[in-house]
Amino acid sequence: MTATTHEAGHHADEPTGLTRWLVTTNHKDIGSMYLLFSLAMFLVGGAMALVIRAELFQPGLQLVDPYFFNQMTTMHALVMIFGAVMPAFTGLANWMIPLMVGAPDMALPRMNNWSFWLLPFGFAILLSTLFMPGGGPAGGWTMYPPLMLQTGTAFPFVIFAIHVLGISSIMGSINVVATILNMRAPGMTLMKMPLFVWTWLITAYLMIAVMPVLAGAITMLLTDQYFGTTFFSAAGGGDPVLYQHIFWFFGHPEVYILILPAFGIISTIIPAFARKPLFGYSSMVYATASIAFLSFIVWAHHMFTVGMPLAGQLFFMYSTMLIAVPTGVKVFNWVATMWRGAMTFETPMLFALAFVFLFTIGGFSGLMLAIAPADFQYHDTYFVVAHFHYVLVTGAVFAILAAAYYWLPKWTGHMYSERLGQWHFWLSVIFVNVLFFPQHFLGLAGMPRRIPDYSVQFADWNMISSIGGFGFGFAQLLFVWLLFKCIRGGEKAEARAWEGAEGLEWEVPSPAPHHTFDTPPVVR
Amino acid sequence: MAHAEGGYYVPHGSNWPIVGSVGLTALVVGIAMYLEAMSAGIWVMSAGALITLTMVVGWFGDVIREGVKGLYSDQVDRSLRWGMIWFIFSEVMFFAAFFGALFYARHLSVPWLSGEDPATSRVLWDSMVLSWPTAGPGNAGLEWQPMGPWPLPTINTLILLTSGMTLTAAHHALKEGNRARLITFMWATVALGVLFSGLQAYEYYEAYAHLNLRLETGIYGSTFFMLTGFHGAHVVIGTIILAVITLRCMKGHFNPESHFGFEAAAWYWHFVDVVWLGLFIFVYIL
Amino acid sequence: MKTMIVRTALAGLVTGLMLVAAPAAADLGLINMTRGVTESSERIYDLHMTIFMITVVIGVGVFGAMFYSIFRHRKARGVKPATFHHSTTVEIIWTVIPLAILVAMAVPATMVLVDFEDTSDTEMTVKVTGYQWFWGYEYMDENVQFLSRLDRDSDRARQLGSDIQPASVDNYLQNVDRRLILPVDTRVKFQITAADVIHSWWVPDLGWKRDAIPGFVNETWTEIKEPGVYRGRCAELCGRDHGFMPIVVEAVEKEAFQAWLAEQRGDDAAATTAGADDAEAGAELASR
Ligand code: HEA
Ligand code: HEA
Ligand code: CUA
Ligand SMILES: [Cu+2]
Repeated sequence: MTATTHEAGHHADEPTGLTRWLVTTNHKDIGSMYLLFSLAMFLVGGAMALVIRAELFQPGLQLVDPYFFNQMTTMHALVMIFGAVMPAFTGLANWMIPLMVGAPDMALPRMNNWSFWLLPFGFAILLSTLFMPGGGPAGGWTMYPPLMLQTGTAFPFVIFAIHVLGISSIMGSINVVATILNMRAPGMTLMKMPLFVWTWLITAYLMIAVMPVLAGAITMLLTDQYFGTTFFSAAGGGDPVLYQHIFWFFGHPEVYILILPAFGIISTIIPAFARKPLFGYSSMVYATASIAFLSFIVWAHHMFTVGMPLAGQLFFMYSTMLIAVPTGVKVFNWVATMWRGAMTFETPMLFALAFVFLFTIGGFSGLMLAIAPADFQYHDTYFVVAHFHYVLVTGAVFAILAAAYYWLPKWTGHMYSERLGQWHFWLSVIFVNVLFFPQHFLGLAGMPRRIPDYSVQFADWNMISSIGGFGFGFAQLLFVWLLFKCIRGGEKAEARAWEGAEGLEWEVPSPAPHHTFDTPPVVR
Repeated sequence: MAHAEGGYYVPHGSNWPIVGSVGLTALVVGIAMYLEAMSAGIWVMSAGALITLTMVVGWFGDVIREGVKGLYSDQVDRSLRWGMIWFIFSEVMFFAAFFGALFYARHLSVPWLSGEDPATSRVLWDSMVLSWPTAGPGNAGLEWQPMGPWPLPTINTLILLTSGMTLTAAHHALKEGNRARLITFMWATVALGVLFSGLQAYEYYEAYAHLNLRLETGIYGSTFFMLTGFHGAHVVIGTIILAVITLRCMKGHFNPESHFGFEAAAWYWHFVDVVWLGLFIFVYIL
Repeated sequence: MKTMIVRTALAGLVTGLMLVAAPAAADLGLINMTRGVTESSERIYDLHMTIFMITVVIGVGVFGAMFYSIFRHRKARGVKPATFHHSTTVEIIWTVIPLAILVAMAVPATMVLVDFEDTSDTEMTVKVTGYQWFWGYEYMDENVQFLSRLDRDSDRARQLGSDIQPASVDNYLQNVDRRLILPVDTRVKFQITAADVIHSWWVPDLGWKRDAIPGFVNETWTEIKEPGVYRGRCAELCGRDHGFMPIVVEAVEKEAFQAWLAEQRGDDAAATTAGADDAEAGAELASR
């Protein structure tokens, strides 16, 4: 039975209109909802970043109260991480993993729907806290006690919102694991899986392992606040630093959750546009697994200044430095894939190349941060802010954009406007550097993070950074416009939209029919 | 119409997830409101709990009906298994956070506070010399006693271990097709679960009434009640699951070859069991 | 070539922005870490520059290869793609070489760290306490203590809607009402703690920051080489006015320091008790 007739047979009894989206169990519908939700959250989180950058445009307080500024910093990060990047990856997983492994759908379709719908609800709670008496959370996305315990009415709402988001991620990951382990088409052995599938499998394990730990940490915050426990208070024999250990035991793997699927995307796109197979497939798999393993034993590099015993500092410094090795293997493999290929530079490839370049720069600053004594100077300055925006924005976000361009033809059945795409890329890549590169200088020169106002020697670079921020932000509106146009219409895309594209997803028509692989394809 | 033609059963649209989202949201918002002393909190919370419960019953009802109809191929069965395994693993990690807090407090923060290297924190807390169990330097004058392993916790350990065995016996009976034995052993397991919870409740009563051991008794009280409390909650949930499974056994939902629902419940129960062993060792004995 | 035009236009824009910034770039202190005025800060600076240069060299290699490939191996030049897709030898090489580089980095880093964590043999002790949002200093065994807050002028200028230009204020946000006075060439021990939430005491010229954690004391030390005024700030988010709790250390010759201490002990009794009251209130907070 072919996919198309199947589709026709289904339309009759499947709900339409809004209900269709509320009750759907189809991985493509759910994937699209995830992706659109993520885009919306990116704009919201970005708008908050613009409040930050506007206040920092000049020294002195011009626009917002310091406390509100702290709320913006906190919310910006929570929205970007839990609302923009993670759902974008889950959306891509939903759309692409069943197509890539030749499965009819995700393994647990109803739960898939629930994973998604919890997100808008969770964010409704989280964002509503901004309007509560005493304002939203203002203790940074890391929510360190005792400061976090000074939050007003918003406090329990924030905690529970994060619980809800965590439940959503855990269920999403369980679904991915079950799909990959159980739904592969005959012949699709583990070592034949596309790297995007591999990286997601490992990411899903990371999430299942660490999201509950975050849940535990914030539950202890909650009981410390309302039920008199003293996990994080010295008077009762606890320790505020204990929270930091638990948080970062989650937090560090979390940052790899935000980058491993990106590695998978880049490993898919570069070979396609270099028209040459990926170099070192199996070492890519092992490198990903090593990064994931190491990510569990490096957490305290975020805490070099809390006054850990020397042995602890040394251990965490060495283990952190080690991560450069498998990550380096990945970077070298990408370059070797380009080497003697026959490259073309459509928008997905441009974003992928920018990723390799700029992510590596972010990785280098990460390595500098890993040097414990030097981190005594870097810690909690804009040098750190520069580091993580290089890996998160020009890393994770650029990879997501690359993926969106690469698979848009498959999703919509239309080619996007290459001209707009090129504009979007060049504006983004230039402004993002204007935005974040000077932040290295600011940090080294001594500007702490999470401050609404600064002394005048930091004025010039802040102004430049803010200009970059607005430029980069508005460049993203081009993407929104391009997306809108591409969904509405455009040049018809072929089944194999890109000359060098490989993989099962390119064997089905574009747009991919509502149901694919009802009978599994056979992979040689 | 859901299609099972190719083999894999993909259910079509379901209302339960969205109902679940609404329910869960109302539940947590209600609790948060309650904690912040907003009067409507209790109502929102109850409504949320009710909706969530409806969802659970309805959703599992669907799954059971589909399972009984034989819509689930072996492959679907495997998906469910993977789902359950990784769910349990996530629960293990949740407990790991609390165990981590316990180890950290015992081996790092308490010694530091009483003046051990590397921190000279003792200057803040004068002549405090602390050793585990402790309620912390701020509660120096407090009179209280820790909860020893004898007698209740040891009895509870035996109860849980026995319940693991009765459950396994029930599983064997199921595989042999011996319905009567299956049901007897299942009810025995449920009864042991209830007994455990009852004794645990009595232990809490003892702690509050006679030992002056409370949730707010410093880090000892915090770790003690959080670990045993979350474990207890899991026992209660596990008992309810087992009771439902028993009723399903009585209705003849399972056959010797295919009884994933039963196994999932059993895995869950064994997990609760293993967590208890960890608790017994690290919270009560050591 | 439309894209060429776009690129040129954008390149022009960036150059323009960079020109605006040229005066800042001219002063290296505004783009790089300070060398500072202690042995540790200098060693940390050297470490920072070494690691930085290593990454630059690796970067030149990696990006060089990448851009060479981008320019030479493009379809527009009519090349045929090669088909090779792995080489165990090469992969082993590029695993082992980075590993070796990392070991080479770890050695000096370890040495600096080990020395820094050794807080023995100090000649005097200063207790630093972080409050929301000011610092308390106590010269242990000297009976001298005081609080140190953001200076008046900055405080007025920093209010939302104040019309005072930050640039018109002397050392905007970097000035305090009472400086921490320290002697040069003296190994000073710090005992750092906090009364309410976590703060972090940071003076870049000394080369480190250390968190101030309520209920715990962190020990560390410094030895300033040159007299001078060194400015720093709180470096851990501590609430609304986290950005407004600067630190000013004034290092003076030993004799001057002793004279200053004596003077404080003598006529500053009033201020001292005031400070003590606050500190007690703080300790109470911490023990809640
Ligand atoms: C996608 C997210 C992401 C990624 C991938 C990384 C990657 C890395 N990060 Fe980063 N990091 C963050 C997100 C991320 N980080 C965030 C969000 C924070 C701040 C959180 C907060 O406080 O709010 C942070 C903070 C942070 C700190 C704490 C700083 C501080 O607060 O003082 C440290 C310290 O060690 C660190 C280190 C590293 C290292 C060593 C890597 C490595 O994985 C990088 C490895 C890559 C390379 C090194 C480049 C490629 C390699 C080669 C070309 C091979 C050859 C190279 C050499 C031998 C040098 N990070
Ligand atoms: C994936 C994560 C991610 C992403 C994508 C970003 C993206 C951006 N970030 Fe953020 N950031 C973090 C994660 C992320 N950040 C984290 C974890 C922190 C630490 C928080 C903490 O300290 O606790 C942080 C902190 C942080 C700071 C430091 C704040 C402080 O210390 O006080 C700054 C300052 O410049 C900043 C800026 C930006 C900017 C300008 C962008 C830009 O890339 C954003 C670009 C996008 C847009 C601007 C949207 C475009 C939309 C419009 C222009 C229209 C708006 C329209 C509607 C709303 C309908 N971020
Ligand atoms: Cu004190 Cu920040
Ligand atoms: Cu990290």
